[in-house]
Amino acid sequence: MVTLGDYLIVSGILFVIGFAGVMLRRNLIIILMSLELMLNAANLSLVAFSRFRVQPTGLPDYNVQVFVFFIITVAAAEVAVGLAIIVALYRARQTTDVNDIKSLRF
Amino acid sequence: MSQFLFWVFALLMLIFGVAVVINRNPVASALSLVVSFLGLAGLFMSLDAYFIGIIQVLVYAGAVMVLFLFIIMLLDLRAEERRRISWLSLAGGCAVALALLVQIFYVIGHLKSAHQTFPPLTRATFDDVRSVGLLLFGNYNLPLQIIGVLVLVATIGVVFLSKRESR
Repeated sequence: MVTLGDYLIVSGILFVIGFAGVMLRRNLIIILMSLELMLNAANLSLVAFSRFRVQPTGLPDYNVQVFVFFIITVAAAEVAVGLAIIVALYRARQTTDVNDIKSLRF
Repeated sequence: MSQFLFWVFALLMLIFGVAVVINRNPVASALSLVVSFLGLAGLFMSLDAYFIGIIQVLVYAGAVMVLFLFIIMLLDLRAEERRRISWLSLAGGCAVALALLVQIFYVIGHLKSAHQTFPPLTRATFDDVRSVGLLLFGNYNLPLQIIGVLVLVATIGVVFLSKRESR
């Protein structure tokens, strides 16, 4: 049988993949995609816990699913704003590579 | 939910997640992201969260992905030319990610409930849209409206950011 730990481990591996993408890649768009992977890994473990905590009514804990719904909404808004910032940056600098953006670097 | 389907969806999601990170071509990365999210939607459905699974397909595989592809093609990004790879930063990034992975495994290994299977549901969850909707418009009415304001602010911000400055 599939246990709660299986879902949590898959979710953790997905989070680490996204984290490695943020650390290793130098393209802003790929970094944004990796951020999406991390957000979705968090969603997966939340839904797994929701299914694990069966309520007395015999249904999963729907409070968690409402929270996941909010996370998805915020993530969609974040992608829209992030891509708009990338477009504005590309107009100003003609690059999406983080190595070429040094104004704020220490 | 059979164990076989769980591992099929999990491996699909993880393999294409890795493909997102290692592809040099941004379009290939974006398409791998779609497949990864479809696998994730399958996992949500295996957890009896049909509403979340459908939202995942609609919002991510639909809206967000079109946005990513649109921006990639608008900026006319090509596959990155092979830069001189800094092996030090590559090794450092991999080491930090591996350390995080080890920590996650450690924590999950010491979680007592991680070894339990899911308790059975006594009712079918095919009407979970109704349950989530009742909670959204009842208990979580104020957060829902705040999220609405947030989306409005994001829309205005995007319009403002992408407006060309006239000089």
